[in-house]
Amino acid sequence: MQLGQHLPVLQVVIPLLSAPLCLLLRNGRLAWMFTLAVSWLVLAGAVWLLLQVLAHGTVSYALGAWPAPWGIEYHVDHVSAFVLLIVSGISAVVLPFAGISVAREIPADRVSLFYTLYLLCLTGLLGIVITGDAFNLFVFLEISALSSYALISQGRDRRALTASYHYLILGTIGATFILIGVGLLYMMTGTLNMQDIAVRLPAVTDTRTVRTAFAFLIVGISLKLALFPLHLWLPNAYTYAPSVVTAFLAATATKVGVYVLLRFVFTIFGAAFAFQVMSLGPILLVLALLAIFSASTVAIFQDNLKRMLAYSSVAQIGYMVLGISFASLTGLTAGILHLFNHALMKGALFLALGAVFYQLGTVQLTQLRGLGRRMPWTMAAIVIGGLSLVGVPLTVGFISKWYLILAALESGWWPVAVLVLLGSLLAMVYVGRLVETAYFHAPPEDDREVREAPLSLLLPIWILILANLYFGIDTSLTVGVARQAAALLLGVSP
Amino acid sequence: MLLSFLAITTIAVVRLRDLFAVVMLFGIFSLLSAAIFVTLDAVDVAFTEAAVGAGISTVLMLATLTLTTRTESPPRHGTLLPLLVVCVTGGALVYGTLDMPRFGDPQAPIHQHVAPRYLQDSPAEIGLPNVVTSVLASYRGYDTLGEVTVIFTAGAGVLMLLGAIRRRTACCDDTGKGGSAVNHNLVLRVVAKILIPFVLLFALYVQFHGDFGPGGGFQAGVIFAAAFILYTLIFGLAAARAVASPGVLRVLSALGVLLFAGVGLAGIFAGGDFLDYGVLASHPVAGQHLGILLIELGVGTTVAAVMIMIFYLFAGRTR
Repeated sequence: MQLGQHLPVLQVVIPLLSAPLCLLLRNGRLAWMFTLAVSWLVLAGAVWLLLQVLAHGTVSYALGAWPAPWGIEYHVDHVSAFVLLIVSGISAVVLPFAGISVAREIPADRVSLFYTLYLLCLTGLLGIVITGDAFNLFVFLEISALSSYALISQGRDRRALTASYHYLILGTIGATFILIGVGLLYMMTGTLNMQDIAVRLPAVTDTRTVRTAFAFLIVGISLKLALFPLHLWLPNAYTYAPSVVTAFLAATATKVGVYVLLRFVFTIFGAAFAFQVMSLGPILLVLALLAIFSASTVAIFQDNLKRMLAYSSVAQIGYMVLGISFASLTGLTAGILHLFNHALMKGALFLALGAVFYQLGTVQLTQLRGLGRRMPWTMAAIVIGGLSLVGVPLTVGFISKWYLILAALESGWWPVAVLVLLGSLLAMVYVGRLVETAYFHAPPEDDREVREAPLSLLLPIWILILANLYFGIDTSLTVGVARQAAALLLGVSP
Repeated sequence: MLLSFLAITTIAVVRLRDLFAVVMLFGIFSLLSAAIFVTLDAVDVAFTEAAVGAGISTVLMLATLTLTTRTESPPRHGTLLPLLVVCVTGGALVYGTLDMPRFGDPQAPIHQHVAPRYLQDSPAEIGLPNVVTSVLASYRGYDTLGEVTVIFTAGAGVLMLLGAIRRRTACCDDTGKGGSAVNHNLVLRVVAKILIPFVLLFALYVQFHGDFGPGGGFQAGVIFAAAFILYTLIFGLAAARAVASPGVLRVLSALGVLLFAGVGLAGIFAGGDFLDYGVLASHPVAGQHLGILLIELGVGTTVAAVMIMIFYLFAGRTR
């Protein structure tokens, strides 16, 4: 038995098996340590897979030993390996933070259930990314969606329940649309394997059924990744969810949504069909710009900081989709790069807010007055994360913006480049509001002693912040992989 | 004919404000869908739809109604935008059907590409008369593992939402809850006592006969759960809990998934791929048979345990 050869499937099956095991652990602390160990194992697997893909190219695994179109295939290429790394990496950093944060926010008798669902959510996200089968993707989408509804509902605020319900309705509609699209594709090609569909699709591409399938898939996926104007579920869900859940989902779930978009548009339908026949480019471009400007503007007027960052997420998804809408090598590189970079920023920022919430019990802007002196490390992390969000040089945000502007200029759309810069200004305004309150306002009158967050919370935050800086300076890994992934999707040499 | 019934039911569901009637209509809707699936020769799907859609989900929705109210509050938003969205979606679907292969066309891609191998080679490769089971349990067994995990996720989710609250509010005085009206009805008690063993037996038949006829773990699990729910309704929650306590169900729901995934891992340890049942026995076909038997058992266990658990949670809540 060669373990390495089974790595692709173990990547998903290990968390999948761990979830029911975790349910059997009645002790919350034990469940946490177990989940942590599993998550680190998964991260090790993801790193190994990425190295294998970089060294030898695409890795394929036939489940049940049935060859591809008859059985289900796992198909790991540069794109999936990169997103796997993002998801498992964020999970590995978020979980150490979860220990005391979850213990404070979730009733003790529900903690092991909480981690069971967390593992299921992780399983679902990983399963979506790694699979090479369109229906299998849907199955894992359901696992991740159901578990995230349950996780979000566990916020302390009662409004978490309605937020979760709202997400459930919209998410289910999105999933149904995706299912309809996959069903129509199966009807026209007779297969569910992605590569196989891609081979057989050109013969029937000029039918109304395939065009309908495309439309349903795009709308369904856009709902899942919260593309403007289908983002309405996101702000409340992120605002009221427990801190750890917000950080994990904000950094991974929408990224996986973008990955699914890339997969369907480029691998299955092909860039030529999507952008020339269906003219997806202008649609995505306009929606992305609207997302950037409307969501950033709304973010400026939020007093709840989690909600502010949630709207900022909608705007950032706009940047990713903007990169994709160019359908050029640089544009796609920028989009994929921003998947990674945004996961780092939002992961760090939401975790830092989680630490604030842990100490203060609130994330209202007015309560943060003067917090810069009382929680210096946490607030410094928020400042750096915020600068990264704006796109200041030496942070990952700058790298993303740089490639995005490069792509816009390359396509000859300089007004878009100007708009990207203007979008950064809006981000500057909402981050600036936070910094001003924390550092230049006197602390509130009450004598409550507010101390710095404990080390187990600070450490994960700062790991992500340092990653923000490191990958803002040394871009060889991220840009290199993103470029190879983009080339693979477009079918050109990097 | 069936389709027009379906349309009438749907319109009635949208128009009605009385949720009790809506739930009943949903049951009819599922039964009609099941009938349509039968006419399409998809008996396995029809079986599932009848058991899940018309059976369990109706009971669960009724349980929800006892916790909430019977009438729907009038909508607060205008209905124009939703109507528009629905019309556009419906229009797109109709547009999409225009170029579909004709119904039953033997030249359609679905009959030409992957399916022929399932039909021709599965008797030799897997050796089951029911090809649907071969596809679900072996060729696409991993999807089935995913589906079981979905069920498990749903169970864990409901447990998280309702479980803790239940322990605090309603605990022991629920002999009547959901059953107070029928508790002393002698006819019901006698009929139920006669019926339940047969329902359980039928569930086991469906469980182990899935290889040969329509059926399998999903349907069997649901039918098994239905027998328990019937018992709970007639004899009260406390009596049912004495038979299968929530703690046991929690363990069982996990064990089903573990069994399924464990069989998959056994494939790896036996030198094959994940979920490769062929390596589990000396002869590949025997291995397939063993693997499918075990994973169907896993499916049945998780489905039954989760369904009963969810029902307990609903039934155990006071308003």
